[in-house]
Amino acid sequence: MSLLEVSNLHVWFDLPQGRQVHAVQGVSFGLDPGERFGLVGESGCGKTTTILALMGLLPPTASVSGEVLIDGRSILAGGEDLARGYRWKDIAMVFQGAMNALNPVKTVGWQIAEPMAFHGIAQGAAARHRAGELLEMVGIPAGAAGRYPHEFSGGMRQRASIAMALACQPKILLADEPTTALDVMVQAQILDLLTRLSSELGLALVLVTHDLPVVAQTCGRAAVMYAGEIVECGPMETLFHQPRHPYTRLLFAATPDLYGAEEVVSIPGAPPRLDRAMAGCPFRPRCDVVLDRCADEHPLLRLVGLGHEAACHHTEMVSAT
Amino acid sequence: MSGTVPESAVLAAGERAAGVPLLEVEDLVTHYPVRRGLTERVTRQPKFWVHAVDGVSFTLARGEMLALVGESGCGKTTTAQTILGMVAPVSGAVRLNGADIAGLPERQMRPLRRQLQMIYQDPYESLDPRFRVEATVEEPMLVHGIGKSQAERRELIVAALERAGLSPAEAYVDRYPHELSGGQRQRVAIAASLVLGPDLLLADEPVSMLDVSVRAGVLSLLDGLRRDGRMGILMITHDLSTAAHFADRIAVMYLGRIVEHGPARHVVRHPQHPYTKALLSVVPARDPRVRSAPQLLSGETPNPVYVPPGCRFHPRCPLAEDRCRAEDPALVLPAGSTSPSHQAACLLV
Repeated sequence: MSLLEVSNLHVWFDLPQGRQVHAVQGVSFGLDPGERFGLVGESGCGKTTTILALMGLLPPTASVSGEVLIDGRSILAGGEDLARGYRWKDIAMVFQGAMNALNPVKTVGWQIAEPMAFHGIAQGAAARHRAGELLEMVGIPAGAAGRYPHEFSGGMRQRASIAMALACQPKILLADEPTTALDVMVQAQILDLLTRLSSELGLALVLVTHDLPVVAQTCGRAAVMYAGEIVECGPMETLFHQPRHPYTRLLFAATPDLYGAEEVVSIPGAPPRLDRAMAGCPFRPRCDVVLDRCADEHPLLRLVGLGHEAACHHTEMVSAT
Repeated sequence: MSGTVPESAVLAAGERAAGVPLLEVEDLVTHYPVRRGLTERVTRQPKFWVHAVDGVSFTLARGEMLALVGESGCGKTTTAQTILGMVAPVSGAVRLNGADIAGLPERQMRPLRRQLQMIYQDPYESLDPRFRVEATVEEPMLVHGIGKSQAERRELIVAALERAGLSPAEAYVDRYPHELSGGQRQRVAIAASLVLGPDLLLADEPVSMLDVSVRAGVLSLLDGLRRDGRMGILMITHDLSTAAHFADRIAVMYLGRIVEHGPARHVVRHPQHPYTKALLSVVPARDPRVRSAPQLLSGETPNPVYVPPGCRFHPRCPLAEDRCRAEDPALVLPAGSTSPSHQAACLLV
């Protein structure tokens, strides 16, 4: 049994005039303790919505279906009352803009101690002491606990929000673009910290990013999302060296590499709108290997190798011959 | 900094003196005052300055792309703003087609802006949401009095949009920014610069807000524009991989100075300065099998109010010796350099 088991997760957002956006369309994946898993794709493909659903933090306009199990226990079934018991304690999250994730009028130490008090892990002096320890663990002197977020640099704020997420010793950490707004050197420091914490604490990490090299160097396995679905999933090395979905291949080709000499290409077009039903493969208008059946037959995720799945008619045809 | 309009700067393309580089920046220094509160002013606390740009020199030829790279706060954007005349320098020269334009008053700067255009980072912010594409591209022409009639301007708008890769232009002219994708918006911003026929394009992180899938398209557009031979592009970026792929030369900035400058591929493959080496080491590789050995520098870029004495990189430098704390290294050609134009500012190379 996996630590985290997401099966057939769907998320819809209500729009005015009774319309709906189908933002996440049947996402399934599993996660083992201590594993580092990447969720990649362009903006609007459903990455962030997926992990907000896992945290139970979607707005009231959202409706969710599917199953999310942590250690075999369902966390979605009981609504907010049940989710509150898991949130931060079993599954925690680091947000993209650390400044917006921290409360500007409370000290950093107070914010780290708050979830501990809520979950009855530690109170008062014990919680403050633990907050200091957590700060030390992420590379901030414990004495800085009495300071406010605006007194911290961007990198320190992101470290503090990681300390806050780890306050209740969760088993799973979801990180949404944790390094996007940061400088390259600080980005490397934060990724180094996340990698170290995941190996030392056995923390399972879900890294959401559009930055493929970051995932390539941090995660062992990744899922590529497109138009609300996972279109390819597998070991990171396989995704780079033997991509079986054209979108994965093109995403890598669109990413410049420091030493790579090959031309960087762009992917024509844009992701489809998710407020209307689509026939066929959602990637078809941008794909470079379109078949006839792609127009009306929706490709499903199929096993194409060891722990490697892809949803592409072309791949299926090539491997059949 | 002359008080009259430099005639040579407004010459048409064909009349330019040969051999004069498009842009020459010489020993540019730009400082910002640190705001003092009332009590600090009354009690006559000393005034502090942010040494945003502190002695930057480089040249840029027509048809060339130079990438200015470095962490936030290193002075790359201030350098561009000083070139544009948005900020007045403390000292130094900015020569456009041979004429010094540094610190010119706004009235004299305005006609020069035709030659000097800026592309901003965020096309979601830089376009007026109430303007259709046509109005956005037309506005700079109205400011500069280009095009005698509506019909003539319309022709120029269509040509600029097509050149920026929005083809057929008729499909875009009547749209509002919210009807366009990020990449298309950035192309509209580029078209609005192109209608003026600029010599120099300053592009401040032109693709960092865009999706990975469209970045290459916008960068290839810029690449094509300068390869036409007439335009020089100064690209400001924190992304070394992009700089290595698209720029001819890379200048690495640290705390208001250029610490390394040379041909792009040469800088990436044979970095000289310890700061450049560290920056390159933390760029993650696309191939998971290529395990990088990140050389993490502690802390973040120091505050440019208190510039360290000696080499300004010494407090974070893994190789720093005693003399680095005392001596300020100049940007020179290192002894063992295999490129005649690859310079570094380090006492140890």
